[in-house]
Amino acid sequence: MPEFEWQFTLVLLTNGIMIGLMYALIALGFVLIYKATDAINFAQGEFVMFAGFIAAGSAEILGAPFWLSAMFAIIGMIALGFGLERVVLRPLIGRPVIAVVMATIGLAAVLRGAATMAFGAGTRAVVMPVSDEPLELGPVMLPPVQLVGAGVSLVFLAAFTWFFLKSRTGIAMRAVADSQQVSMAMGINVRRYFALAWAMAGIVSALGGVVWGTMLGVDNQLALVGLKVFPVVILGGLDSIMGAVIGGLIVGIVENFAAGYLDPYVGGGTKDFAPYVLMIIVLMIRPEGIFGRRRIERV
Amino acid sequence: MLALNNVEVVYDGVILVLKGVSLNAEEGQITTLLGANGAGKTTTLKAISGLLHTERGQVTKGSVELDGERLDRLQPFDVVKRGVAQVFEGRRVFENLSVEENLIAGAHSRRNYADVRAGIDRVYASFPVLKERRHVSAGYLSGGEQQMLVIGRALMSDPKVILLDEPSLGLAPMVIDEIFGVIRRLKDEQNITVLLVEQNAALALDIADHGYVMENGRIVLEGPAESLRQNSDIKEFYLGLNEAGTRRSYRDTKNYRRRKRWLS
Repeated sequence: MPEFEWQFTLVLLTNGIMIGLMYALIALGFVLIYKATDAINFAQGEFVMFAGFIAAGSAEILGAPFWLSAMFAIIGMIALGFGLERVVLRPLIGRPVIAVVMATIGLAAVLRGAATMAFGAGTRAVVMPVSDEPLELGPVMLPPVQLVGAGVSLVFLAAFTWFFLKSRTGIAMRAVADSQQVSMAMGINVRRYFALAWAMAGIVSALGGVVWGTMLGVDNQLALVGLKVFPVVILGGLDSIMGAVIGGLIVGIVENFAAGYLDPYVGGGTKDFAPYVLMIIVLMIRPEGIFGRRRIERV
Repeated sequence: MLALNNVEVVYDGVILVLKGVSLNAEEGQITTLLGANGAGKTTTLKAISGLLHTERGQVTKGSVELDGERLDRLQPFDVVKRGVAQVFEGRRVFENLSVEENLIAGAHSRRNYADVRAGIDRVYASFPVLKERRHVSAGYLSGGEQQMLVIGRALMSDPKVILLDEPSLGLAPMVIDEIFGVIRRLKDEQNITVLLVEQNAALALDIADHGYVMENGRIVLEGPAESLRQNSDIKEFYLGLNEAGTRRSYRDTKNYRRRKRWLS
């Protein structure tokens, strides 16, 4: 048995934190929609993938520089968010939750197919204009791409937290999530807020698509990062931004530790399911997640 | 000021709930709408505020007018902008929002943030207890505090007309007194027109200037509150008094049942 290697642990930990923050960014898109409209968006991963395709495609076809292709991705995803809300989700307002869930699953398949049709099945690159040279901090090597990704995540998570707690629009959005009927009686145009939530999720997905696309390359497989959203939001709480951050960090760290400590013994693969094991345990102990709102029961 | 003319409401395209209701709420007065469960009182309020749309209800005949302007084809948020605020039955606070956030959400139709602040201060002046609990999640307030909050929240849109649905429901007598004191002050000090739906007829007729009685989706009786209080049918069926004005013993109810005169 080798002695405890704290350097190795430190590397796993920092990597976990970086990846975790980037998971949190994607989970944020999911949380925004759930918070405002009570809909569970199973197409979150496909949103990210689609954004990646827009960014990679615009760079390749139009020769757009990185920042411009990122802008294209953001604008494209806002338009997609508005459009989908109008065409697919709005007719389902007031229907059972299962209808919305099924619609988003269908949407996921459509988006995957549409992206392949439009962009082909090959893997494309999103090239972020930062050096490939990792930053060395003692034993820890940090790729600049991850640093940028984690930084973008932090900025947006903080911005959205402020938005929901302090701005009037954010408070109105939470009111809509609390009760649609009462919100209408307060003069709140509920449909407009639904559309806004989907557009905001579009922005977040676009950023996620650019960041993850840079790291993994853009193809159909990129949508799979969306699957990681579920352990993240279940751990943190479906409707909590803070929960998305904490859940993301936990999933990132658990994944890396599993890969570092368990894989050598069992021959690999634990990284992919360890977060789900954790998710199932949390569901049994605390179904609303760490930060999820509990139903207020008055006696 | 607020007028319903022969309003018919149909739910789900087939269920006729209001069968030609006409009523008038005069400016700066408290008008009460009395009736038993299922008479159509809440539906009447929803026909005014436009919330019928959310429940697959529809005004199929007649009109709702505020100062001559049609309200019955507007979306709920536009009705609020015209100056009509509805307070729901059952203290429907935004549970997960703090008291102050509830008030801010209530002021959604106002553009200017300074107006919102001023409105919040006014509400706190009327209900000091809300100021003490401003950062508490509204779901954790007591019943009386929640009722104060929903009334305060409705006032945040600076309404000309406020629709109150059963503000006394499930509250202690002392709290009810406080709430009704506030309603009276709304009328006296801010000249707000109030349409009050109540099951507690004694309470409502005490505070109101004018009253309507509803049964089965129709208005069956109307008049100044004073004359309704004297009406022997109202005494019998809504106030629980006999013709002599004394409390009736339930021992007698089996032997004699008065027939409502408006049914004849």
